Amino acid sequence: MSEYLLQMKDICKSFPGVKALDHVSFNVKSGTVHALMGENGAGKSTLMKCLFGIYKKDQGDILLDGQIIEIKSSQDALRHGIAMVHQELQPILERSIAENLFCGRYPLKKIRGIKIVDHQVMMNETKKLLEKVNLSEFDPKMKLSSLSLSQMQSVEIAKAVSYQAKVVIMDEPTSSLTENEVNNLFAIIQNLKAMGCAIIYISHKMEEILKISDEVTVMRDGISVGTWRACELTTELLIAKMVGRELTNRFPASQSILGEAVLQVEGLSSIHEASFQDVSFTLRKGEILGIGGLVGAQRSELMEGLFGLRSLSKGKIIYHGEEIKIKSPKDAIQKGLALLTEDRRATGIFGVLSIMDNVAIASLPNYLDHGFILNYKKLENVVQQNINKLQIKAPSSRSLIHTLSGGNQQKVIIARWLANEPDVLILDEPTRGIDVGAKYEIYTIMRELSQQGKSIIMISSEMSELLGMSDVIMVMKEGRVSGFVQQKEATQEIIMSLAAQL
Amino acid sequence: MKNQTKNYIQKGFSFASNNAIILLLLVLVLYVGLTQKNFFSGRNFNNISLTTSIRFLVALGVSGTLITKGTDLSAGRIIGLGGVLACTLLQRSDYSSKFFPMLPELPIWAVLLFVLLLCALIGLANGFIIAKLHVPPFLATLGMQTIVYGANQVYSGSDPIGGLVNDYTDVVGYFDLGFYELPFLLCIAVVMGILMWFLYNKTTHGKNMYAIGGNELAAEVSGVNTKRSKMIIYALAGAMYGMAGFLLAAKSGGASVNLGQGYELEAIAACTIGGVSTTGGVGKISGILLGVLVFELLKTSLQFLGIDPSLQFVAQGIVIIVAVALDIRKYTLKR
Repeated sequence: MSEYLLQMKDICKSFPGVKALDHVSFNVKSGTVHALMGENGAGKSTLMKCLFGIYKKDQGDILLDGQIIEIKSSQDALRHGIAMVHQELQPILERSIAENLFCGRYPLKKIRGIKIVDHQVMMNETKKLLEKVNLSEFDPKMKLSSLSLSQMQSVEIAKAVSYQAKVVIMDEPTSSLTENEVNNLFAIIQNLKAMGCAIIYISHKMEEILKISDEVTVMRDGISVGTWRACELTTELLIAKMVGRELTNRFPASQSILGEAVLQVEGLSSIHEASFQDVSFTLRKGEILGIGGLVGAQRSELMEGLFGLRSLSKGKIIYHGEEIKIKSPKDAIQKGLALLTEDRRATGIFGVLSIMDNVAIASLPNYLDHGFILNYKKLENVVQQNINKLQIKAPSSRSLIHTLSGGNQQKVIIARWLANEPDVLILDEPTRGIDVGAKYEIYTIMRELSQQGKSIIMISSEMSELLGMSDVIMVMKEGRVSGFVQQKEATQEIIMSLAAQL
Repeated sequence: MKNQTKNYIQKGFSFASNNAIILLLLVLVLYVGLTQKNFFSGRNFNNISLTTSIRFLVALGVSGTLITKGTDLSAGRIIGLGGVLACTLLQRSDYSSKFFPMLPELPIWAVLLFVLLLCALIGLANGFIIAKLHVPPFLATLGMQTIVYGANQVYSGSDPIGGLVNDYTDVVGYFDLGFYELPFLLCIAVVMGILMWFLYNKTTHGKNMYAIGGNELAAEVSGVNTKRSKMIIYALAGAMYGMAGFLLAAKSGGASVNLGQGYELEAIAACTIGGVSTTGGVGKISGILLGVLVFELLKTSLQFLGIDPSLQFVAQGIVIIVAVALDIRKYTLKR
C-alpha cells in the first residue's frame, strides 16, 4: 500500500503551440486537503482536467491506491471515485434536488418487466446525502432554483460524495460565497476529510488556502514548483513561489491629489425595495472610491443603476455640477462614464470578435469619415496605442479575444473604455479571476489613470485590494450605505464590521 | 522536412474538414460537368446566374437576422407579397383581366420604391415584435409569415396576376457587351452585395450587428442601442425580400400568392453553408455568396443527373443538416 492515495506521475500535455504540462508529478494523501496553486495559465486546471478525463494526457501515469488506472472520460474518473465540483456550477434549475443528484443514473425498479424510476429510493438516498453536507433541513423535492448559490454548491458536493468519491476536486469553490458560506463549506470539507476523502482544492485566495489545506503544491508555466506543508507557508512566500520572483509591493503607491467633485449621487434608489436604496456619495477628481460589502450588498446593482442599466425610483445624479439623467448605457457613455462589468464573459467580451472590434465597439462614432464610413486606419491606431499602453499580450489586433488569457481580456475591455476617454471609470471586480502578475499591472493602470485626473469607482470583494487601492472606502450592506472609511483609518476589521453590521 | 510535410498535411486536412460541404459539392459539380453535356454551357451559366442573383438578395436579407442570433421565416411570403403587389401595379392597359382596370401605367421606379417601402415596414414590424415585445425571432417571424400569406390571399383573391408591361419584364434583360450578354439581375446582385459588404464592414451599424450576435448583453453595456439595431436589421431584410419579389415576378412574367414559397429556408441554409454561424456574431458577405452559389449548383447538378425531383428535396435537406452539424462542430471542438 502506497503512502499516497493518488499519484500523478510525469504528466505531459501539449496544445498546438503550447506545452501546458511539462512532466508534472502530483501526489495526494488520503484524508488531506491538498491545495493546488498557480497563476492563471500555470496549468492547474489542465492537470485537473487530465485527472477528470476531460483532456487526454499525452504522457504519464495516474495511480490510485498504487494501481495504474486509465481515465478516458469523466465517467471513467467517477467510476474510480474521482469527482469534481466545477467552478461554474451547471445545475438543472427547474428540477428537484434529488433529480439533480441522480441525473443520468436514476435508481430503477422493475414493474412487470418494465423499468421505471424508483422515486422512493431516490428520495431516501438524497436525504442521506444532504445530511452529509449540512443540508438536512431541505426537502429532496425542492427545486434547485429555490436554493442559494452556496447551497447549490453543497448539492454538487453531495453529488460527488454519492459517487463514493475518494478524491474530490474543487475548482475555485469559494469564488462567489460569503464569509459564512465559506465557513459552512469548510465544515463540509472537514466532514469529507474525516470520511477519508482526499480533497484537491484550487483557489486564488491565499488566506483561505493557508487556513483549510494540509499541503500546498504550486505550479508555474506548466511545471510543478514544489509541494510544501501549509503550516510552513505564508502569503508572501506563496506569492513569491507562484510568480517566481519576490513581489515587494502588491499595490503601487497612490500619488494623486484629489480635486473638485466630479460626480455626486444623492439618494439613489432602485425601483425594487430589496435592491439599493438611498445611496449618496461624492466622487472627486483623481479619486479611487472603493466599494466594499458582502455578496448581496447590491453594489453591482447600484452601479448598473447609475449606468442606466437598471430603473431608478428616485435620486439625483450631479455630474460636473449639473444634474443629469441617465436612461441607458448610451447616455452614460456620452456623458463620460464607463463601466467594466463584473462578469467578463457574460457582459464584457465578444468572444467571436477580434481584439480590435472588442476595443472599438463603445467608441465607433470617433472613427467615422463623412459621418458614416469607418476609418480603419484611425481605428487601428487607437487600438494599437491601447495595446501598447496597457501591454496587452496578443499576436495581433485581429486575434480573437477568446484566445487571450483572462488578464489580457480584462485589459482589452479597459482599453475599450479608455478609447472613449471617460472621466469616471466604474470597475466592478476588476481583478476577478486574474493572476497575480496581471493584477499588479491593472493596479498600475488604475493609479496612472487617477494621476491623469480620472476618477475611479472600484467594487471589490478582495479585502487587500480594497484596502490597498482606495482613497475612500464606501461599505454597503443589503442595498444601503453602512459607512465611509478613509484610507488611513481603514482596517480589515472596520470594514468587515460595517459590511456585516447587525 | 518530414515535419513540414506533416504540417502541410495537417493544415490541408483541417481546411478540408472546415470546408467539407463546399468541397464535396464542388466535386459533384465537376462530376456532373464532365459527364453531362450542356452543364458547362453559356446558357446554363446564365440560368444559374439569374436564379443565384435573386437567391443572393434573399440570403443577404436573412444574414443580418442570423448574425444577431435571430432568424426570419417570413422571407418567402414577403417575397410573394412584393411580387404580387408589383404585378398588380404594372399590368398592360390592354390586358383583359386587369387587376385595377382604371390604373394608368405607373413608372417602374415608383412601384419598386413602393414595394421596398411596404416590405421594409413588414420587416420593421418583425423587428419591433422581436426587439420590443421580446418574442423569440423564430415565433415572431413564423407568425408574420402566416399573416403576410393570408393578407396576400385577401389582396389578390388568390388569382395569378399576369400581363405585365414590357418595361417591367425587361428588368430581367441583358446588357449586350458584344462578346457577352450581361444579365441586369447579375448587376443588381453585385451592387447589392457590395452595398451590404460596405454596411457590414464599414459602418457602425455593421459593427453593432456583429457585437449583438457575439454578446448581446455586452453590446448593451457598451452603449449599443440593441433594439434599434435589430429593428433596422429586420426592416432592411424586409426591403431585400421586397426587391427579390419584384425581380422574381418580373423574371417569371407574373406572380401568384405562392411566389417565393420556401425561399426563407433555402436562404438560411445557404447562409449556414457559407459560414454564417448559427451561434451568432460570425458571417461574411463572400461566404453568403459562396453558400448561395453552392446550393444553386447542387440543385442544378441534381437536375442534370435526372434525379427524381422528390429525391432532390431529400438531398437538399441532408446537405442543410450536414452543413449545420459541421458548423457547430467547429465551435464545440475548440472547448
